Parts: sequence; structure tokens; C-alpha cells
Amino acid sequence: MTDIIKEHAISLFSKNTREDGRKLDEYRKDFKIELGVSSKSAEGSARVTLGETIVIAGVKLEVTEPFPDTPDAGAFIVNVELLPLSSPDFESGPPSINSIELSRVTDRVLRESEFIDFKKLCLKKGEKVWMILIDIYPINNAGNLFDVAYIAALAALKDAKFPKLDKENKIDYSEHTKTGLPLSKDFPMSCTVLKSKNFIYIDPTDKEEEIADARLTIGLTSHDEICALQKGGEAGLTIHEIDKMVSLAITKTKELRKLIK
Amino acid sequence: MAYNKRFDGRKFDELREMEAKVGIIKRANGSAMFRIGKTIALAAVYGPRYASRDVYSRVMKSPNHGVLRCNYNMMAFSGSGDRVRPGPSRRSKELSLVIEKALTPLVNLEEFPGSVIDVFIELPQTDSGTRCAGIVAASMALADAGIKMKDLVTSVAVGKIGDKIVVDVNKEEEDYEDGMADIAIAMSTETGEITLLQNDGILKKEDLIEALNAAKKGCLEIKKLQIKALKECYK
Repeated sequence: MTDIIKEHAISLFSKNTREDGRKLDEYRKDFKIELGVSSKSAEGSARVTLGETIVIAGVKLEVTEPFPDTPDAGAFIVNVELLPLSSPDFESGPPSINSIELSRVTDRVLRESEFIDFKKLCLKKGEKVWMILIDIYPINNAGNLFDVAYIAALAALKDAKFPKLDKENKIDYSEHTKTGLPLSKDFPMSCTVLKSKNFIYIDPTDKEEEIADARLTIGLTSHDEICALQKGGEAGLTIHEIDKMVSLAITKTKELRKLIK
Repeated sequence: MAYNKRFDGRKFDELREMEAKVGIIKRANGSAMFRIGKTIALAAVYGPRYASRDVYSRVMKSPNHGVLRCNYNMMAFSGSGDRVRPGPSRRSKELSLVIEKALTPLVNLEEFPGSVIDVFIELPQTDSGTRCAGIVAASMALADAGIKMKDLVTSVAVGKIGDKIVVDVNKEEEDYEDGMADIAIAMSTETGEITLLQNDGILKKEDLIEALNAAKKGCLEIKKLQIKALKECYK
């Protein structure tokens, strides 16, 4: 079955088009970020739509003890759950290897770009720091969860406001301050480039993901430096292909950046 | 202390503001969103589809009809306090079970022997009455999936606070300091069948009857909205 679909897709690729009429280097048209979708419960939240793919991300903030190796820095955890609600291919149960990879790649782009100033999340050295908990849930998986989940996490972080603290540094979740998280103005972006036969393309639909031989997720700072990489898929990539994929990611993230404030 | 005025100023039989939308998840066979006050429930239906290994024994036990399986889950950031630990809990498992029982009697499972209908309920934001909101969304999602039912299932939580019966309890009322009874009710307004009935708290028999009647009134209003949302989706 996949062979027939793949053959068809490849024949379209060779004419620089796809089933939905896009060129290989085009994002789907309907791109939307909605902030505060769970504003009554989460400290920050966002719903990101790209084509038919929908992802919700939420940020909760907690006060905890710092990790022993970083006594003066806060911390953050990214968690993705591939809800069976979002796709016939996902099943309930313990986190699948795919959801773990997705959380870790999202984590890596945000962490390695030094987007969050963890030192500013310290309340009392060695005792109390802020912990940022980002939870990401696909609502409809129509492909490219890597990029959409990342943008959802980014938007939820930007939306987040600290809750009030009392004198003992206990959180009062019912009241929020106007202070946002210590984020740098320049934000990192992530672009996933796929390869099928000798074609490379971005923003795959779920079908186009199935026919891919290889995948490369590229995290880029605002200065177009690479801050994270993750290769996936069965096939290998040549240096030449990696060069092409990274160049494409640099061009495309520039475009997407303009749509994110 | 008497409860003479509701915290949010509603009348005793007044529901919170509601919103319903059908067909929100394209990859599912049927889907819906239901919001009541600050509580938001999303539901997706997959199936009828082949039974995977973990429900195979259930399907084999009843060869004449299909199996409806529900999964209720709160998102980690859906609570107004601390983060909810992701993944199943004892609470979410019980709720999955009672929601399943609330929906099953009204679904024509005889038409799908040997297969499974999966209902997934997710809550991005919760205030109170999450299982009820989940049932209302799930029922619309089942209809959207084209699965035959005797009636749409509607559901609302009714409480007894002081000497008052209040419809559609919110979080503030649930945490009422002098204690309260919290009754979750689901029913078919068409047949009068009550398919979910749970109560936490002290209650007289008369109170329960009054609560059930009050719930029916609320349910009729919810059903109107369900029908409207379904019609809007298939305009």
C-alpha cells in the first residue's frame, strides 16, 4: 500500500508539487497561534495550528529545590504525550519512544539556544528555584508534530506569567503577576526537513511522513547558528544532503519567524 | 450557614455559560468540544475498528455486539493549582469506567459485532463537572462519527448546598466550607433513562429526587445546544 502512495508522491515531487498543491519547500497555509487557551488553569498556554495539525501546549510553574549541580539555576521539563485522541495510530499507555524523542528534541532546541535565563529563576541559592513544566499535547496529528509542538512550546513560554508568591515563597495560583518568564528577545526556531528518494521537503502531512526515508530536525538561533540536530528515519544522509537541508531550514525559519511575534 | 446566593451570581437552576463545536479533530471519525464555564472537554471517536489485543477478550465475551471503550484524561496544566501528573490515575480510571457506562446503554452496539469504538476525552482546562462535560462532548462525537444511538446523552452535576439544590456545580461550590453533596448525573432526556449517578456527600431521599428533576431541566438545555452544534457542522 505504502509503495503505491510513495510512487505517486514521488512522481508529484519530481514536478515540485504535492498532493495538496504545495511546492516542496512550502509550509501549509493555515498557520495560527492562539495564546491563553487554558488561561484559567495554566500559567501560559497556546494552541498552534498548521494545516490540519493542531497542538496545545501549557506551562505550569512550581517552586522546588534546585538540582545539586546547579544550585543557583532554575530548571525546566518538556513532556509530550501522543494522545490517542489525535490520531488512529497512537495508543494509550506508557510514553512511546516517539513521544520521548519529541519531548527531548523540543527540550534540546530550547535549552541549547540559551533562550531561557535559568539564573533568573533562582529564588534562594541552593534552596528554592522556579521549575518550568511544559506539557505538549497533539489534538489532531496531520503531520509535522516536531515543528508544531516546538512552536506551541515556544508560544506557551512567551504567554506564561509568574503566579504570586507569599513571604515563605509559597505559590498562590489564584493570582498572577504581570511578569513573564526570563526569555531572551531572540528566540530559537526549529525546522524539520524530510527526504524521500532524492527529494527534500518540509512541513510534511502525516502521509508524507510515512513515505520519508530520512528526517532531520534542525534547531536554529536567531543568528542562524545551529543549536540542535536530530536525525531520524531509516536511510542515511550524505554531507551534500545535510548541507542542502540545513540551508533550506535557515531560509524557511526566517519566513516563519516573521509570523511569530 | 444558609446558602442563599450562588458565588457566581447564577440562579439555583441556571447552567454556566456553554459552548459546543462538532468536527474539531479531522483525523478522528467523530469529534466535539464542549465548554461549560471554565471547564473544557474535547472528545474524539475512533471506530468501529478492529479490536487490538488488549480488548480482544472483552470483544470475544460478547460476540453479538461491539465494545465501547472510553478513556478520560486531564491535561497536566488543566488544574488551577499544581500540575496534574500526566498519565492514568485511579481517579481517571474510575471516571473512564463510569463514562463508558453512561454512554453504552444508548449506543446501538449490536450493529458492530467484533469491533471496538474508542472514545477519548481530554480536558485542557478544568473547573468542575469534568466527567459531565466529557460525556456531553463524547455523545456529540459519537453522533458525528455516524454511530447510531437511541438518544444523545446529556449530563450535569447537581449539588446540595445548605438546603438548596443547585444545578451545574462549579469549583467554588464544590469546595463549600460547610460541606455539600455533589451528584453527577447523565441521562437520556428522550427515554428518561439515567445512565450515570454518583454522589459524594450527605443527602435525603427527597433531595435526590429533587436533584434528578433539576438535572433533567438542565439536560434539556444542554441537549438543545448539542443538536445545534451538530446541525451547524452538517450545514
